[in-house]
Amino acid sequence: MRPLTLGRLLLRCGILALILFVVVVIALKLGAVQVSLYGLGRDLIRVLLHQSSAISTDYGMIVVDIRLPRILLAVVVGASLSVAGTSFQALLRNPLADPYVLGISSGAAVGSIVALMVENQLAISPEFAGLITPFGAFLGAAVTIAAVYFLGRREGQIDSTTLLLGGIITASFLSAIIMFLMSTLAGGNLRGASYWMMGSLSSLPPRSLLYFLGIGFLVAAGAIYTTASDLNLLLAGEKEAMHLGVDVPRVQIVVYLAASILTGLAVSVSGAIGYVGLLVPHAMRMIFGSDHRMLLPASALGGAIALVIADTLARTVVAPSELPVGAVTALVGAPFFIYLLRKRLA
Amino acid sequence: MSTPSRTPTPNPSSEQPRGNPDVRLSVEQASYVYAPNPSQAPLFTLEALSFQAKPGEIVAILGPNASGKSTLLKLISGALAPLSGRVFLNGFPTHTLPPIIRAQHIALVQQESRLLFPSRVWEFVLQGRHAHGRGLRFETEDDVTIAKNALAQVGALELADRWMDKISGGEKQRVILARALSQQPLLLLLDEPTLHLDIGAQVDLLESLRRLAAENKYTVVVVTHELNLTGEYADQVVLLQKGKCLRVGPPATVFQKDLLEHVFQAPLSVEMTSLGRPRVILFDK
Repeated sequence: MRPLTLGRLLLRCGILALILFVVVVIALKLGAVQVSLYGLGRDLIRVLLHQSSAISTDYGMIVVDIRLPRILLAVVVGASLSVAGTSFQALLRNPLADPYVLGISSGAAVGSIVALMVENQLAISPEFAGLITPFGAFLGAAVTIAAVYFLGRREGQIDSTTLLLGGIITASFLSAIIMFLMSTLAGGNLRGASYWMMGSLSSLPPRSLLYFLGIGFLVAAGAIYTTASDLNLLLAGEKEAMHLGVDVPRVQIVVYLAASILTGLAVSVSGAIGYVGLLVPHAMRMIFGSDHRMLLPASALGGAIALVIADTLARTVVAPSELPVGAVTALVGAPFFIYLLRKRLA
Repeated sequence: MSTPSRTPTPNPSSEQPRGNPDVRLSVEQASYVYAPNPSQAPLFTLEALSFQAKPGEIVAILGPNASGKSTLLKLISGALAPLSGRVFLNGFPTHTLPPIIRAQHIALVQQESRLLFPSRVWEFVLQGRHAHGRGLRFETEDDVTIAKNALAQVGALELADRWMDKISGGEKQRVILARALSQQPLLLLLDEPTLHLDIGAQVDLLESLRRLAAENKYTVVVVTHELNLTGEYADQVVLLQKGKCLRVGPPATVFQKDLLEHVFQAPLSVEMTSLGRPRVILFDK
């Protein structure tokens, strides 16, 4: 009998954070322009000390102004999608749940596009304009998950096969809407359909939105983490959790709203990147077990590591051209989904 | 969790606001109606019934299928609010208690516990400590000791490190009971606990329930349709048929040949053992 202790939790998270740091450094080095480790370290310290102006070389500017923000974006988006996936799996009691598979990401994408259209129509001051897209994405995610939840209910209980089918159909329906919106209203800052449907980290959001994204992630993931031990019991079913002392409706509403926020934030800046929220929680569960007090932070760090690696591959393997990062995650994720499905049916 | 400014949460173990202090569980004219919507005829009605139970007592809710046994258990557990009447635990209506307070005092053992992801037996038993924890609820040494004792009390300590999906049905039943014991409840509710057990395991389970009820002063409520186990082990029997409570009392008074034949629709005879316990013998129809 070895229950989880705070010490063990912090140690494991520390190791994952160290791995993330190493992956980030390697990702900073890789690319069309080679940078030395020494140069990298010197430039990063200058950024931290707010002495960016002292960075004179073009190489340094590439790393600091182009690669670093993109990698940080991958960190936050990967962590958001993984925590959202872990949460949806517990909330819907379905190990195959994932924001992308259930169409939630597509819902967030539609929300983002509509918000961008509204933004184009109305003359909104730029400070607020940046916040409309994530808000639209959150609404899109929240509405979609509610719809999929009701589609997946049969006789008052969630039926996992119906839920998955409902999600897949919803995703395909929403993709059609994305295509429709794109082909009738293309132009301006709407980006392309493939951006929204496959996901990409190539277009960087404004810096203010990056901060907003980071704070939003901390708040939403923190809210989910307060329910971590309740989620462990919720896996056994709503009634059983209630009898063990879980305030089930409160936990469900917190996790539902916060996971929708995480999905919305991630999709509004990177489109619908698939399978991160499925692959990473399962990998972490295999390593650390299914206690959410450990699983949630491990998924956040693991998701960040996975998406930084995937995005680095996306921008280097076919250089000087670039793959959408969603194509890289789908190449790995879709076969893994089939493996999980077969294992469940067996 | 608790803030000083809040009105004190009702705590059934420490306060005695009303009633007889010897009585722990008191069902007072409680009834329930299942209806798809208010305008339609009800699908099932549990008519008002009353009984009381003391610490250390075993109450059996006995009846054929669809007699209202599980509904009564849900009313007692507080999962359902009675349509009329009340169910009191130490004087507090069970359905108005917040889930966490309820789980500190009432433990429910269901027939089966389905798991989404595999977990170890000890992790499962520690879930019973959830309602006693704070914040993120990292388990303390005390929690581990309580969980180990609970496993030892059901004779399953050697299973602690096994996986839940790799143990037998009978072992699983004991582990589920151990989780309920680790809640350290006042009221232990069991829904058809002998359903998947062979005769030997059924007797073992009821023997240990009687011992646990005596040692820990639990009030135990068991839903069952096992006539002879009820006759042998229960202190009180609540006999139900089609939502009506036909009789409440000790087995010797409830186990009347005509009454049981009427309820269970089977020819039978009732004998008394030397210990004054009724024994039922079933005949061919």
